[in-house]
Amino acid sequence: MTTKPHLRVENLTMAYGETIIQERLDFSINRGEIFIIMGGSGCGKSTLLRHLIGLMEPAAGKILFDEIDLWQTSDQERNRIISNFGVLFQSGALWSSMTLGENIELVLKEHTDLTDRQIAEVVAYKLSLVGLSRFAEYYPSEISGGMRKRAGLARAMALDPDALFFDEPSAGLDPVSSRLLDDLILELRDSLGSTIVIVSHELASIFAVGDNSIFLDPTDKTIIARGAPQMLLETSQDPRVISFLTRKARLK
Amino acid sequence: MTTTDVTADKYRLTTSGDELCLELSGEWSFKAGVPDTSPLFTELATTHGQKLSFDCSRLEHWDSGLMTFLINLVETCEDKSIAIDRDSLPTGVNKLFNLSSNMPERRAQHRDHPEDPVLARIGHIAIEAHRTWSDMLGFIGEIFIGLFNLLRGRARFRFSDLFLQLELAGPAALFIVTLISILVGMILAFVAAVQLRLFGAEIFIANLVGLGMAREMGAMMTAVIMAGRTGAAYAAQLGTMQVNEEIDALRTIAVSPIDFLVLPRLIALIITMPLLCIYADFMGIIGGAVVCATMLDISFFQYFQQIQGFVGLTHFFIGVIKAGVFGVLIATAGCFRGLHCGRSASAVGFAATSAVVTSIVLIIVADAIITVLCQVLGV
Repeated sequence: MTTKPHLRVENLTMAYGETIIQERLDFSINRGEIFIIMGGSGCGKSTLLRHLIGLMEPAAGKILFDEIDLWQTSDQERNRIISNFGVLFQSGALWSSMTLGENIELVLKEHTDLTDRQIAEVVAYKLSLVGLSRFAEYYPSEISGGMRKRAGLARAMALDPDALFFDEPSAGLDPVSSRLLDDLILELRDSLGSTIVIVSHELASIFAVGDNSIFLDPTDKTIIARGAPQMLLETSQDPRVISFLTRKARLK
Repeated sequence: MTTTDVTADKYRLTTSGDELCLELSGEWSFKAGVPDTSPLFTELATTHGQKLSFDCSRLEHWDSGLMTFLINLVETCEDKSIAIDRDSLPTGVNKLFNLSSNMPERRAQHRDHPEDPVLARIGHIAIEAHRTWSDMLGFIGEIFIGLFNLLRGRARFRFSDLFLQLELAGPAALFIVTLISILVGMILAFVAAVQLRLFGAEIFIANLVGLGMAREMGAMMTAVIMAGRTGAAYAAQLGTMQVNEEIDALRTIAVSPIDFLVLPRLIALIITMPLLCIYADFMGIIGGAVVCATMLDISFFQYFQQIQGFVGLTHFFIGVIKAGVFGVLIATAGCFRGLHCGRSASAVGFAATSAVVTSIVLIIVADAIITVLCQVLGV
């Protein structure tokens, strides 16, 4: 028996007005998989992520979660699906007028019927998962970039989401913090069984956590390679993929 | 012998000698509802068990609801010196549990927010006000240095920026200035008409509208509009640049943000404010004329002849000078608040608000000073 994919993308075209960013995108992500979207700068990785989390409507094609088309279903159903996502934006995107605790609290208050005491317990637990339990009273402007990212992850995990989306999680982090974040992603997948989608061009992270991946190319405007990152490194014949994965620049 | 101590919907605590066993069953999630665990904690407070293990064979789906319960349970057991057999928990639960307790914690200073006594708060406000004024004086000093450098041709100044700011603070503001000025002129005429009609002196409405617009209202209303429109925009633009570290980037290439960002905005307002003021004066006078012609049987010709005879150029000059001063104040307050903005979205909002408030306060104060000076000088 084959299991249905958690997320499926069918013949997706992404465009800003008349300008096509990527087209003919087809891939599926299984439940509990860590899926990497990679490619050089400006190829449309973050745009694809924005499509997957329902912030942008496709110019053509389908995005299906558990076989429900995100853009053919009702607004109510789409909001229900999207509320099961946790998203970590590149800069953390914490609400600056709220403390870290309040950032997580707001998500819980909007989507659950928990009591104030239960919310306080969940906030403390989520912050402890990212090593920031002593910073609940701090404002985002009072902590470092790496800590903001971790706090953003705690907020993304607030509702125990089915699927977690990360936009460049390692960007701007030191190697130790980056490694800690990778370990955290792996632990979350192993313990919660969440599907995790990561947009990244940090090779160390890609090889450390990725189960499966696609490689987007800005010239062909589509996927030019797919498979486990390590397998791509060993078997890909495409010079663009090889030079990306081996960090070798090609000067024309 | 095994005894059942507590039984509830989704858990059961049993004791066998020194060993406690907590059986968890069903769905432990916030969505499905977490059971009331207070009877369990009450029982644990009085138990004499030495070790607690779990039976999770009938446990179904779980989420943070189970995790927060277990964290509380572990804390209670630690207080009672009851050992916990974590290996009997599901692997995923155990992993998350280890993660939350083993994740390296960042050091943070303990944060208390005790309410300051009233005197302390007054002190803080006074210190903050002193610091703001010191910064403001420093800022004004830097502007003078920037202007001096500009006169010597040494300021890093792009004329394209000046033209852009001139367009934004001039032609782009004409519509709102027109609308407000005509309405102010009409209101002045209406107010004057109510009283002057009693004495049959309706023709003097022209004097009041002409003098009021030329000396006071033209400059004042233009300044209020520009404080809300342009001053707030300056604070928001420079504040956002501060958040994005664009100001820091300018400093690293040894370009003064005063020269590069403040001077074009300041000069733009010094040029456009007097022009807008003259325009507002005439729009206000036209607004008054409309009221006089349509409601009071005073023709346009009579109205304008009356104004020409009574409102001399001096009055217009005073209004124009005031507008120039207000322009300096609006640009200074807007740019000062923007450059001293914090590094967050809420700080940008605060900077824009305080730029408008500061500008309006300074405008009123400056207007009062100029009016008194004119009185003393007899103009």
